[in-house]
Amino acid sequence: MENRMLKDENDRVDGVFKVTGKAKYFAEYELPGLTYGVLVTSTITKGKITTLDTKAAEKAPGVISVLSHLNKPSAPGYEQDGGSPMKIFYTDKIFYNGQPIAMVVANTFERATYAASLVKATYAKEEFNTNFDKAVADSKSKKLQGQPDYKRGVENAYKTAEVKIEEKYHLPIETHNPMELHGIIADWRPNNQLTVYAKTQGVKATQGTIANVFKIPVENIQVNSEFVGGGFGMALRTWPVEIATVMASKHIGKPVKLVITRMQMFTMVGNRPAAIQTIGLGANKDGKLTGITHRAFGETSVYENFTEGVVNMAKFMYQCDNVNTQYTVVPVDLGVPIWMRGPGEATGAFALESAIDEMAHALDMDPLEFRIKNDPERDQQRSLPFSDKNIKEAYRVGAQKIGWNERKNKPGSLIDGQLKTGYGVSIGVFNANRGRASVKGILKADGSLVLQSATSDIGPGTGTGMTLIASKLMKIPADKITFELGDSSLPPAPSQGGSATLSTVGSAVNDVCVALKSTIAELAANSNMDATANFVDVLKKNNLPSIEIMKQSQAGKEREAYSMYSFSIHFVKVKVHSLTGVVKVDKIVSVGDSGTIVSPKTARSQMVGGAVGGVGMALTEESIIDHRYGRYINNNFADYHVPVNADIPEIEVHFINKPDPYINPMGAKGMGEIALIGFSAAVANAVFNATGKRIRSLPITPDKILADS
Amino acid sequence: MINFQYLRTTTSKSALALLSKDKAAKFLAGGTNLIDLMKRGVTTPEKLIDINHVPLKQIELKGDTIIIGALASNTAVAEHALIKEKLPLLANALNAGASAQLRNVATVGGNMMQRTRCGYFYDTEMPCNKRQPGSGCGAIGGFNRMHAIFGTSEKCIAVHPSDMCVALIALDATVVLANQKGERKILFKDFHRLAGDTPQLDNNLKTDEMIIRLEIPINNLAKNSHYLKVRDRASYAFALVSVAAALEISDHKITDVRLAMGGVAHKPWRLTASENFLKGKEASTANFELAAKLAMTDAKGFGENDFKLQMAPNSIIEALTLAKSKA
Repeated sequence: MENRMLKDENDRVDGVFKVTGKAKYFAEYELPGLTYGVLVTSTITKGKITTLDTKAAEKAPGVISVLSHLNKPSAPGYEQDGGSPMKIFYTDKIFYNGQPIAMVVANTFERATYAASLVKATYAKEEFNTNFDKAVADSKSKKLQGQPDYKRGVENAYKTAEVKIEEKYHLPIETHNPMELHGIIADWRPNNQLTVYAKTQGVKATQGTIANVFKIPVENIQVNSEFVGGGFGMALRTWPVEIATVMASKHIGKPVKLVITRMQMFTMVGNRPAAIQTIGLGANKDGKLTGITHRAFGETSVYENFTEGVVNMAKFMYQCDNVNTQYTVVPVDLGVPIWMRGPGEATGAFALESAIDEMAHALDMDPLEFRIKNDPERDQQRSLPFSDKNIKEAYRVGAQKIGWNERKNKPGSLIDGQLKTGYGVSIGVFNANRGRASVKGILKADGSLVLQSATSDIGPGTGTGMTLIASKLMKIPADKITFELGDSSLPPAPSQGGSATLSTVGSAVNDVCVALKSTIAELAANSNMDATANFVDVLKKNNLPSIEIMKQSQAGKEREAYSMYSFSIHFVKVKVHSLTGVVKVDKIVSVGDSGTIVSPKTARSQMVGGAVGGVGMALTEESIIDHRYGRYINNNFADYHVPVNADIPEIEVHFINKPDPYINPMGAKGMGEIALIGFSAAVANAVFNATGKRIRSLPITPDKILADS
Repeated sequence: MINFQYLRTTTSKSALALLSKDKAAKFLAGGTNLIDLMKRGVTTPEKLIDINHVPLKQIELKGDTIIIGALASNTAVAEHALIKEKLPLLANALNAGASAQLRNVATVGGNMMQRTRCGYFYDTEMPCNKRQPGSGCGAIGGFNRMHAIFGTSEKCIAVHPSDMCVALIALDATVVLANQKGERKILFKDFHRLAGDTPQLDNNLKTDEMIIRLEIPINNLAKNSHYLKVRDRASYAFALVSVAAALEISDHKITDVRLAMGGVAHKPWRLTASENFLKGKEASTANFELAAKLAMTDAKGFGENDFKLQMAPNSIIEALTLAKSKA
């Protein structure tokens, strides 16, 4: 990789690459002899394939092969029993509508697309259910899976409280829909050597999954994923369609590229699961919480289970002696979900933070004051002190910036013509993770530093953050530092997920830099140089072109002594049109409390992106299925409404920017998730404040505003 | 997508000659809808006749009539000084549609010809009488949040997706069509059809015809006009409901009024009864409310779109109020 020029220390190291088109994404690699795979998908929702006619497709121009369960291309791991039954080309079972049943490989994408339209399947259909609400209603008699129930103090204490609320909240399926479509290029060569260009949040995870299915050593597999056009969680696993593409390459002995369609993005690479949640809150008349009960049902598939942390936040976010939670997953005949930004916590926070607002209203208290009153000093769930928490300061900063003093506690108080103004607040929280990663540092006599780790950058600016950590420690200008990532041959690092990369890989960068400095100091001392001598001079004096150090870094006992979280406070001002029901977000202030801010520009971008995603979650995004057919009805960018520029107002981002003393050497905590978690509730709370209408079902579309009046 | 033949022509005469040889051929203008339909297998023409180089892009004033060529781009029309000055309702409606990128290539004729955005129409695995007559209507009893409340049939409740056409029907436009024998004129209000028993037919364009131009009479409605589009997001979303409202007010009395709606019917929906009610009356909120109520006389919801029964009259009131309040 070229050394990436920095304009100032705030700029993204890959910014110029991205805006000039030099950043190369997986689908842009042109390998000699590249072929193109196009998937044929099931048109029924449940049953079995009875016949599959591939003859016409095989005879179509340019077609090299049609792969299906009829010819079962070799994948030793799939031949074993166990694991997920979703094995493309190894099953005639249909688990959901849109499931891949065959792949046509041709010498151009267009020819493969045409030939795929010629493949005809017949099915033995079975009864199915894709309706999550119905599945939950019918679920009482079935054995369900989920996570262990949690109880602290008295169960359902809210029921006997002086003031109580109990409400139900609905979230639809959301689809990640990053701009970049999913897919992979697989190049299987003789002697079981494989190179893939992937869209992945973890090159090592992709490498491991493929090795496991094809039973070849990981060393045989090279995974490249230098640039990723958005992941939001959907690229956290190696999907069956990727395995199918590797199978295809192995089968035909040529590189195969698969890029799925926007419609297929709804059915092959996961979604944020639908959820139905009930929250019960109890408080005394003084506004102290006396009971929290959070029960949630999450959507999963029939062929694999998916669980996430929907009810986590209720256990520690507020001071309350009596808390009980329950989380259950209920299967429907759809593709398996996967984490989507903020994962379960974003789902749970919509319900909890809406309910907190409802309770404040029931108490006739300012919801900000109510939150401050119930802010815990310690983590009651784990009986530990928080490592670092500055929520009260964050509340103050955000309230001042949004103009909270303009807010009236009585809903519907601010009316100008047909427009009603309202203010809402919510909190977001996510575990401040730190995993284990290795980084290699190569310090060169030409004054440059190369850092290497098999981590990923799905967009947050990993390379920029790492470069800034090293630059500060080494006192080397950022433009002399190169951070290499997205390559499975580099020192191992975990997948980019759970807001952990900066903390995990950054700590290893820190450790490498500390080690490099101490080596330089030793060399300086040994060659009678001043301890503060420049490393270039030290290396030259020692006739060393470079020195190389690799360090593995991970958390220690501090995680047993402290409870570590990142926090965010979202303030939203909305204007709601009383005749049309249209909600316009007028201003957003998000305050991050996530330790030291290592890279101000990319940190701000994270918060801005989270707010935009939050507007979508709150107001526009919903994947709609016709349950009579089990098929998505709005599976395109015209009808699945992600927010557009015109939906997004001024977004102000502020950071507390105080180091967490315990988490890692930088004192920095993750931010990707907290940027979104809770945001949708701030919008719903603002809508309530504007109109007096409490919308408990996302997204808050104009029809819901009108229906509730 | 299937293989197709691509032909290009530079005159309307040769375009019509090519069309006459193959009635299954289709004209390609901006292609912003047709290409999508081809990719989805909804439309499978064997021949595309590219008419983008046919000189039908004029935007001009002739006497008391504004002429707009069928191949003028949506952007060219919306940004034209003549349109902004004389027909701001049309400019506003155009700018409410699609996205800037789409408007740059989409044409006036293509906008008139665009097909419904009903999800059942687009998915060849689902029933749709418009796509495949006799297969049933998926939207009735299914996802019909975006669907029609006026002039529906048991066969189809799809809506026409255009914003531009809502303004054009309000502006009393005339469409000039041509076949190889010559030109004919048809009132814009008669161009599109209700679904009835033939939902596969969106309009009355004959298979040997092409759209040549629009003729729009000059009016006194420019000062007090408003196009209101209510939608799920602020841009690049089809209307839940839209209203084109234009008033000519003299001594507080309404001397001329135009009202039409989008997102509510299989064709742009002119509110003639409401217009007749308002003519000669005071431009007051009370009268706007009565006009809105009158507009809803024959409205019918299908479940998920029941909210339109409230959103539509509300939007009529709002559009009239905003039209009136323009200085």
